Amino acid sequence: MSGSAAELRGVEVRLDGRAVLRGVDLAIGPGERVALVGPNGAGKTTLLRCLVGSLRPAAGGILLDEVPLDELSRESVARRIAVVPQAVALPFAMRVADVVALGRIPHEHPFLGPGPADRAAVAAAIERVGLGELAGRDARALSMGERQLVLIAMAVAQSTRMLVLDEPTVHLDLRHQVEVMDLLRDLNERDGATIVAVLHDLALAAHFFPRIVVLDAGRIVADGPPSEALGPERIQTVFGVDPALVGR
Amino acid sequence: MNAEVVPSLAHAPAAVRAERGSARLALLVLAGIGLLVLALVAGVGLGNVALDPGTTVALLAHRLLGWPVAPTWAPTSETIVLELRLPRVLTAMAVGAALSLAGTTFQGLLRNPLADPYVLGTASGAALGAAIAVLLPVRLFVLGLGVIHGLAFIGALGAVALVYRLSRASSLGSLTGLLLTGYAVGSLLAAGLALTLYLSGAHLRQIVFYLLGGFGTVSWPHLVAALPLIALGGAVLLLRARSLNALLLGEEAAAHLGIDVTRERALLLATAALLTAAAVAVSGLIGFVGLVVPHVTRLLVGPNARLVLPLGALYGGAFLAFADLVARIPGELPVGIITAVVGAPFFLALIRRARAGYEL
Repeated sequence: MSGSAAELRGVEVRLDGRAVLRGVDLAIGPGERVALVGPNGAGKTTLLRCLVGSLRPAAGGILLDEVPLDELSRESVARRIAVVPQAVALPFAMRVADVVALGRIPHEHPFLGPGPADRAAVAAAIERVGLGELAGRDARALSMGERQLVLIAMAVAQSTRMLVLDEPTVHLDLRHQVEVMDLLRDLNERDGATIVAVLHDLALAAHFFPRIVVLDAGRIVADGPPSEALGPERIQTVFGVDPALVGR
Repeated sequence: MNAEVVPSLAHAPAAVRAERGSARLALLVLAGIGLLVLALVAGVGLGNVALDPGTTVALLAHRLLGWPVAPTWAPTSETIVLELRLPRVLTAMAVGAALSLAGTTFQGLLRNPLADPYVLGTASGAALGAAIAVLLPVRLFVLGLGVIHGLAFIGALGAVALVYRLSRASSLGSLTGLLLTGYAVGSLLAAGLALTLYLSGAHLRQIVFYLLGGFGTVSWPHLVAALPLIALGGAVLLLRARSLNALLLGEEAAAHLGIDVTRERALLLATAALLTAAAVAVSGLIGFVGLVVPHVTRLLVGPNARLVLPLGALYGGAFLAFADLVARIPGELPVGIITAVVGAPFFLALIRRARAGYEL
């Protein structure tokens, strides 16, 4: 296997004196599709924030494409990893196509703005995510599911090899959850995007992700295919619930 | 043959939409420039000594562009136009542009549609500075600019600097912290202003007149002092439009797009404060322009700062020049009254339209 797309080595994070991540080692290969699961407070979001450079760990290191994160400029990180936010509150009315176009910010000319290549990437992203019909609508007037797709399209327009998502299905009904998961799988399998997503829903994670990383109290306690990482015993010990409730 | 036709049809809607969009944009820019020219000709030509538009244009072309036309106007008209009306109209335009640019920036930066150039204490700071200047026994004038302009400028900038410093120490989310600190500092400065007014005695009228805002006493030195600052501020903002766009998504998402949020926020804040201070120093407190013009512009072109900043500056400049014209016809009303009387109903109408599904 060629080098990792992203790697955490012995990452420790303390927030307000509390250890949130305790020596996390994780390597994600190019083209992988990885779900991060774990109970509330396990450190999933913190791990993501370290991975994308918005949180600096107290100890340990992070590599992107085998380059230390500290040595990369902000822009350079933004050209490697696109982060899909959970939700965005826009202060003003804004067309869907204009929101998607914000994904080009790391690429566009800092002063002159987007060029033809940027406009083409935006059009392609809108097409890829299937938002053509909505491109001219006000992004604030969309349903939660449509909004999530807009944010994913923005990340696709960012043209990175890795997409990172923090609970992309959290406010969605079942049909939209599946729609988002299908899209992520497709972006991974057809376009070769590396995908790392924090998920709450274990059934969804097990069904759509070939690799599951289970975090508990700041440590990785399991890492492997769903059958291995999400066995009944693990669900019982980590999440403290009857595995039958997860419905596998 | 079908194979050739189908792809071109498939691409037609997007291409047509893009073309229609840029045609519309060109029209909006031309409309802005047209309004500006109209405001210039009307503002310079109308008044107690009225000139017809043809003469006004000929005079301006002759004196400013060296157009070779024989003067058909009285020398006094030329003096009135060049020494009184032209600096006044141009200053109103510069101040309108500055307030619109600052308002756009504060609204975007604070992610708050209610923000205006005065939101972070600039108004109270400038007002307090001006009031203190009136009470000072010093009557120092440098090229027509007095202590009052200097202290108003310093007061406005100082207020924002103070708000920024204090808010950095707050544990609230940075935006809420900034807004609340702005409110607190503004209230404190307003109390200082109230005390100064109370103690001002015979000077009260002079202070209040300055605070109401206007261009009645404006001359070339005012424009010469303010214009470089406004041009510099406008240029900086235009060059940072990308950061302002990224901040539409919020600070964390902007950081994920590669923006150094802390640095950009400080830079944008300082620049918007500079623009506001320059505007307030020469013309006092003029409301509504910095709040309404950015919104109107956004309703026309969407929130992309690359469009809203320059177009808003055009519209703001034209709007304030027209408002000043209306203000001086009945004999020097404070221009802030006109901007509010014209601006508020217009704004209300826009909001109603927006609620009825106004499409961007």
